[in-house]
Amino acid sequence: MSSIKDIQEEIVSEFEILGDDKESTIFYIMELGGSLEEFPENERKEENIIKGCQSKVWLIADEVNGKIHYQADSNTDITKGLISLLIRVLNNRRPEEILSADLNFIDRIGMGSIIGSQRSNGLSAMIKQMKLYAYAFQTKQNA
Amino acid sequence: MSLNIDQIRGLFPVLHQEVHGKPLIYFDNAATTQKPQAVLDALTNYYGNDNSNIHRGAHALADRATRYYENTRDSVREFIHARESAEIIFTKGTTESINLVAQTFGRKFIGKNDQIIISTMEHHSNIVPWQMLCEEKGAILKIIPINEAGEILFEEFEKLLSPKTKLVSIVHASNALGTINPVKKVIDAAHAVGAKVLLDGAQSTSHLEINVQELDCDFMAFSAHKLYGPTGLGVLYGKREVLESMPPFLGGGEMIKEVTFEKTTYNDIPFKFEAGTPNIADVIAFKSALDFIKELGKPAIKAHEDSLLAYANERMKDIKGFIPVGTASDKVSVLSFNINGMHPFDVGQMLDAKGIAVRTGHHCTQPLMKRFGIEGTVRASFAVYNTKSELDKLAEGVAQIARFKNK
Ligand SMILES: Cc1ncc(COP(=O)(O)O)c(C=O)c1O
Repeated sequence: MSSIKDIQEEIVSEFEILGDDKESTIFYIMELGGSLEEFPENERKEENIIKGCQSKVWLIADEVNGKIHYQADSNTDITKGLISLLIRVLNNRRPEEILSADLNFIDRIGMGSIIGSQRSNGLSAMIKQMKLYAYAFQTKQNA
Repeated sequence: MSLNIDQIRGLFPVLHQEVHGKPLIYFDNAATTQKPQAVLDALTNYYGNDNSNIHRGAHALADRATRYYENTRDSVREFIHARESAEIIFTKGTTESINLVAQTFGRKFIGKNDQIIISTMEHHSNIVPWQMLCEEKGAILKIIPINEAGEILFEEFEKLLSPKTKLVSIVHASNALGTINPVKKVIDAAHAVGAKVLLDGAQSTSHLEINVQELDCDFMAFSAHKLYGPTGLGVLYGKREVLESMPPFLGGGEMIKEVTFEKTTYNDIPFKFEAGTPNIADVIAFKSALDFIKELGKPAIKAHEDSLLAYANERMKDIKGFIPVGTASDKVSVLSFNINGMHPFDVGQMLDAKGIAVRTGHHCTQPLMKRFGIEGTVRASFAVYNTKSELDKLAEGVAQIARFKNK
């Protein structure tokens, strides 16, 4: 499996192909949302909603063989696209890898100016929540 | 007379720019309109030549600033055809104007078990001040229901009226739907039971001829920034006898006649309600905005905007997945809609990528969104400087975005 760094490089070069055209970039992000794994209907509940996102985002995580498996969903397609990028980078990794990950692809593709400040805050909230899960599983593993 | 829109666009510097590499198309006019050069010039002129505090100084600058400030009050009087300029109070905006009425008129004249009537389509600024008052006084808030088109059910409103009704506070034109309410009928029916009426004119004043004497409303609240004028400034109109019966709002300078530690007597209207140094620069610049509207003429503005709305409806109606929200027969130029299967945020963001500025979300009308069972809408709202070719771009954009989920 490729490293976090390699996957980020892949994403950056995909976005480079789209160039400066904001429109095609946004459409691309929306399409990415379609690649998300189906979210379990019974997990679509209040306690799984990430605070700090303007759109609704549900996130759950479990541990499979010491690695974290994330599942997420949103009521907006652009947000789903953003989540799918995060999941692509962070899914099925050990907690310490996730905790030490430097997610520089976001700045490198200029995500802030693509999605605007409100959604950028939401994106930060998602990353924080993903890392929080990693921290919780790490603590459990070390216990 | 039809307007020369190209020439009008030339008066608005902000319109001539690109966003995300595309020419800006500004369709968020119900949130705030752009400002003509004359308003910008008036602001610079004031600070560059006339800046001084008003109503007090015995010097040339203070005199000039006071004169210009009061000239705007006269222009506002003329703009809404009030009887006299003393009935025009400057506030921070519609929100403050409504709160002023709640905190003064409301606190004095509305008591336990009295009723206040608003409609389902109110902006939060015409809901929350009344909820606060009701909580404080033990008064009751009643809501006029609406139909699927977004029109109030007048017979239901009549049923709510009773001698307990002290105030009816209703939006003249809805910011979220565009619906123009039959306010004359509402006012007459409310007066028949002895209730006062406040009109939220935030959205109506830029589109419709307003004559507060003919309407016979007791209050009208509106904002300068939705009228091609500066932000942070609004108006409360009130009938003289009603304003005089009300206690002051804020205490401080300007609003007093005489202060001793034993007793303070209050100034006459409008000054009684304008405590402290007001927003002098913006008041003065607001006159240029009113002059701009007057020169074009409301009927010509309305005719242009109506033709834009009709054209927009025509262009959008066959787009697969297009769902209009708010289809009242009488509307100002607001086009609220959703796209089947898509969240309004996403639609708004994709339109933004095309250089098209629209508003998405609940538009500060959450109870209204709940009534329609939706989270929000995409809202394109048109002003005098918008064009049919801009609407073509909107329609093409919406069609392309809609295909994403409506193949
Ligand atoms: C119908 C309506 N009422 C009240 C307001 C509040 O106006 P302001 O924010 O200028 O006080 C608005 C503005 O969005 C509005 O559209």
